[in-house]
Amino acid sequence: MEIFLQQVLSGLATGAIYASLALALVMIYQTTELINFAQGEMAMFSTYIAWALINAGMPYWAAFFLTIGISFVGGMAIERIIIRPVEKAPVLALVIVFIGLLVIFNSLAGWLWTYTIKEFPSPFPVGSPGGNTYIGFHQLGMIGVTLLVLLFLYLFFRFAPLGLALRAVAQNPVSSRLVGVRVGWMLALGWGLAAAVGAVAGMMVAPRLFLDPNMMGGVLLYAFAAALLGGTTSPLGAVIGGFTLGVLENLAGTYIPFIGTELKLAFALGIIILVLLVRPQGLLGKKIVARV
Amino acid sequence: MVAMLELKNVEAFYGPIRALHGISLSVEQGGIVTVLGANGAGKTTTLRAICGMIKTTGSIKFEGREIFGKLTESVARLGIAHVPEGRGTFEKLTTEENLRLGAFTRRDRNAVAEDMDRVYGYFPVLAERREQQAGTLSGGEQQMLAIGRALMLRPRLMLLDEPSFGLAPMIVQEIFRIMRSINENDGVSMLLVEQNAALAMDLADQAFLLETGEVVMSGDTKTMKEDESIRTSYLGY
Repeated sequence: MEIFLQQVLSGLATGAIYASLALALVMIYQTTELINFAQGEMAMFSTYIAWALINAGMPYWAAFFLTIGISFVGGMAIERIIIRPVEKAPVLALVIVFIGLLVIFNSLAGWLWTYTIKEFPSPFPVGSPGGNTYIGFHQLGMIGVTLLVLLFLYLFFRFAPLGLALRAVAQNPVSSRLVGVRVGWMLALGWGLAAAVGAVAGMMVAPRLFLDPNMMGGVLLYAFAAALLGGTTSPLGAVIGGFTLGVLENLAGTYIPFIGTELKLAFALGIIILVLLVRPQGLLGKKIVARV
Repeated sequence: MVAMLELKNVEAFYGPIRALHGISLSVEQGGIVTVLGANGAGKTTTLRAICGMIKTTGSIKFEGREIFGKLTESVARLGIAHVPEGRGTFEKLTTEENLRLGAFTRRDRNAVAEDMDRVYGYFPVLAERREQQAGTLSGGEQQMLAIGRALMLRPRLMLLDEPSFGLAPMIVQEIFRIMRSINENDGVSMLLVEQNAALAMDLADQAFLLETGEVVMSGDTKTMKEDESIRTSYLGY
């Protein structure tokens, strides 16, 4: 029983990371119906920026929020400068652009900061509340931060005029233009938000995974699985998918003998295939019917 | 007097296909003008050309300024509200969110709140459906919502694309009655595209008749109604 609880709670903590990155994927998918393969590397790069700021002597939280800001602006810039010219290109071309971005960010980080593994600080104290053996402060913090990000996004999409405009663009770009919404900028805003949310995920996961240019590869795969599981069109679904996947992965690793830690990634792939076979729109996503 | 909207020799293209062959028409300040014609005559294309939604050549002036070649969203920001073919409802948003979007470009919050009440005054049924997903509204209600959303821009010119399409005659009459009061009370000029020629000619002061992308006849609706060919081809008596 104790092992079970431990596994569930730590599963929720890693799930929080999958959820954040899945949320970032959904931000862009909603408006463009494209999965940004570079999302993980962008998050990794943001985390390096935070690391550089902290190393330069900035207090953790100042560096945290400044990194979010930089990532937001950077995300918008990527959309405006790199994605926009190929906006109308066939899907395959865009996928190649995304993979190109992935490689660029990966190499750029390696070039700037070397491939040596670096330690990244956690803003939360060491140990666990009351000295319990189930869940530590950092894990609780990860869950809390993810939920705060979700709450912020919810309030933004529900009440802010810009959030409303983003939802409008996702549904009906033509009508959005007719009411004067600058659709191009809304797409950039989506990229900015995605980059910012990804930065949070990177900074939260780095103390556990350590910082290196390839740290997000596995996480991104889980985030794909989480987004698919929850439904690529639903932010809430992505978060639920992320948490579910984190817990499932831990339980499978513990209780299904042959999986262990080695096959955990294969487990994520298994989930992706299963979802695509059984319920392609995900748990909360909507079915997209295309007229041909 | 300078016309509020003036199209001169406008051509429009869908890819390599030319859909408008040099159209000229104008809308006076405070006037209602209708564009009539059969399916495929270029009525919707004319509205799209004004809003920069399609490749065009020629001159399009709004309040004396050239708006040709502007982005759709920039045209909207000048005060031209387009009620598109098929209503363009944001189906997954609520009625109220649809209306809020109509006022997206405005910063005068108090006036926006007033305009929201004004729209609910014109269309009381929308007030009842305030929190309902717009996609679940009936066709007539969605048409009202589309007009309401356009009104939220506080436009000086409204472009209406077949507001009668697919609606019951009673609903259509109500919508046209409200369009007249919007024109009279709020001083909104209108360019109305319609299949229902009889109805459109009753509302409008001026009419332009399109055939395969060209204006073949234009004038006061009063005189046009008397015209033999119009009567037999478009009014059906």
